[in-house]
Amino acid sequence: MLEFFSSGLAGYLAFFLATALSYAIICLGLNLQWGQTGLFNVGVAGFVAIGAYTSAILTTPPSDTHLGGFGLPILVGWAGAMLVSAAATGFVGLLTLRLRSDYLAIATFGIAVTIQLVALNAQAITGGPFGIGFIPRLFSGWAEDALLFNFANLAAVALVVLILYIGLERLVRSPWGRVLRAVREDEEAARSLGKSPSHYRLQAFVLGGAIMGLGGAVQAHFIGFIAPENYLPTLTFQVWTMLIIGGSGNNLGAILGGVAIWALWSVSGSAITVFFPPEQQARAAALQITGIGVLLSLALLLRPRGLLGERINVSRHTDAKPAKAG
Amino acid sequence: MNLQFVVDGLLTGSIIGLGAIGVTLTYSILRFSNFAHGEFIAWGAYAALAASTLLGWMAGGNVSAIAPFSFGWTLIAATVIAVLLTGLLALALDYVLFRRLRRANTITAVMASFGASMALRSLLEFIFTSSPTYFSKKLQIAQKLGLGVRATPDQMILIVMTGILVLSIHLLLTRTQTGRSMRAVSENPDLARVAGIDVGRIVNITWMIGGGLACFAGVMVGLLVQIRPYMGFDLLLPLFAAAILGGIGSIPGALIGGLIVGLAEAFAVQTVGAEWRAAVAFVLLIAVLLVRPAGIMGGKA
Repeated sequence: MLEFFSSGLAGYLAFFLATALSYAIICLGLNLQWGQTGLFNVGVAGFVAIGAYTSAILTTPPSDTHLGGFGLPILVGWAGAMLVSAAATGFVGLLTLRLRSDYLAIATFGIAVTIQLVALNAQAITGGPFGIGFIPRLFSGWAEDALLFNFANLAAVALVVLILYIGLERLVRSPWGRVLRAVREDEEAARSLGKSPSHYRLQAFVLGGAIMGLGGAVQAHFIGFIAPENYLPTLTFQVWTMLIIGGSGNNLGAILGGVAIWALWSVSGSAITVFFPPEQQARAAALQITGIGVLLSLALLLRPRGLLGERINVSRHTDAKPAKAG
Repeated sequence: MNLQFVVDGLLTGSIIGLGAIGVTLTYSILRFSNFAHGEFIAWGAYAALAASTLLGWMAGGNVSAIAPFSFGWTLIAATVIAVLLTGLLALALDYVLFRRLRRANTITAVMASFGASMALRSLLEFIFTSSPTYFSKKLQIAQKLGLGVRATPDQMILIVMTGILVLSIHLLLTRTQTGRSMRAVSENPDLARVAGIDVGRIVNITWMIGGGLACFAGVMVGLLVQIRPYMGFDLLLPLFAAAILGGIGSIPGALIGGLIVGLAEAFAVQTVGAEWRAAVAFVLLIAVLLVRPAGIMGGKA
């Protein structure tokens, strides 16, 4: 009995962590866009949705209810997700990155609304309101053993996060990463050094979008089912809160924020099922979002650096001592 | 081609235009795009609903409607109260949140407005639940206006009211000292301060006008469609599209932008299908950003 309970708890913890880390992937993409480059993307949910739907369509077995599926391997689905999300971010970026920063916010908000609408209405491609099911899951051969299955999935998601983390840390410390922060801090100075701000912005924006698409694909293959209501603006808002609380500009902060806010979300969700009668639960769930909104506002007011603030990165080829954080 | 879409478009356009005036004023005077502006529409509608219910109850129930409209004096009085309350809500939000962030970095204020929007809307959902409500369940008979077009008395008076409101705001901005000060702050806040303009007062007036107009738009949505927590958030993209289309900072531009978005939506509903309505504003927005980012009546982008 006790053994069953503890293995159930361990399985749940593995499931929880894998979900949290899948959010951390999206959060790392946003950190490249906002934390490093200062690009305000309010359409995170849309780019995540594109990744999830692309990978689902590429990898599911043939179906009458949506486009494809093409039955391709999962890794091909992930690569496709990154490519299509990158193309969508590139399109928005080309249109808006030369304008005031608010226009990027408005345009990304708009494209996320539109992508969700396409997911809902273009039934022949996306399955419409019914979504797409039977998305192949990693290690599905082990699905009988829930504990093993959950831990294997956790290991896979953790590996993706680790690879992204190492890659992004290298990028951030590279000359390319320094130009991004130069563009963020002082566009004129960067321009006067011969760096084209719009080029670097577009590169960071597209790479961040590709990572968000990958996050969406990883989530889709972890859960096995996607539907339009997974990609409402609430998702964008959750990821933003994760990044701000964790510490924007810091990749470890982005991961930590993803886990911390997902933990808070899960615990408050369980609390609602315990403390509210079933007919009031949908209503009480609105309080969760209110709480997270207040948390985000408080963090912006009181601790804009988040839990882990940005660290100073200077070239290892210089002796200059780092100045105070920006 | 049925011309009914023109009436529907003008009505939606009036609602969008009233909201877009608030967006364009916040953008040009406070220098950030307020993602919480849609919530002023929803909170305004619920405030009017609460106030008119309370007034009706104080008057002993059964307040009769003023013929030929669907509403009685309680809703008119409630709208006045709600306009003030919504203006105060906007002021309060500025006081606790935006005022502190605007100085540091405008984009942080935009982000905070995004958080505030989520929090405010979910709070409405918690208080009033997500099921839609109405000011009145009475059905109105639409009257023939010729050319195959019909409109209800409610619809006609609301279009007239929108015209009066927009004209008064336009006159306020162009003909009064307050309006001159507002334009000065929008051009250059530091210079305006040096010239002796009380910038804090102008900021407060801007919030009151934006919140008040949004509340009136909310009452319109409540009378013509229904009241639900998402009613404002769903209008956010059309509001931004209208403000940018009209040219940031321009009151007539915001109304014209609103009417264009409203007419385009109504046209799309008739030709493409109602399920794609929400994409119309995005398509228009992208078109403006591609062709003329400064908007129809705008100067700088």
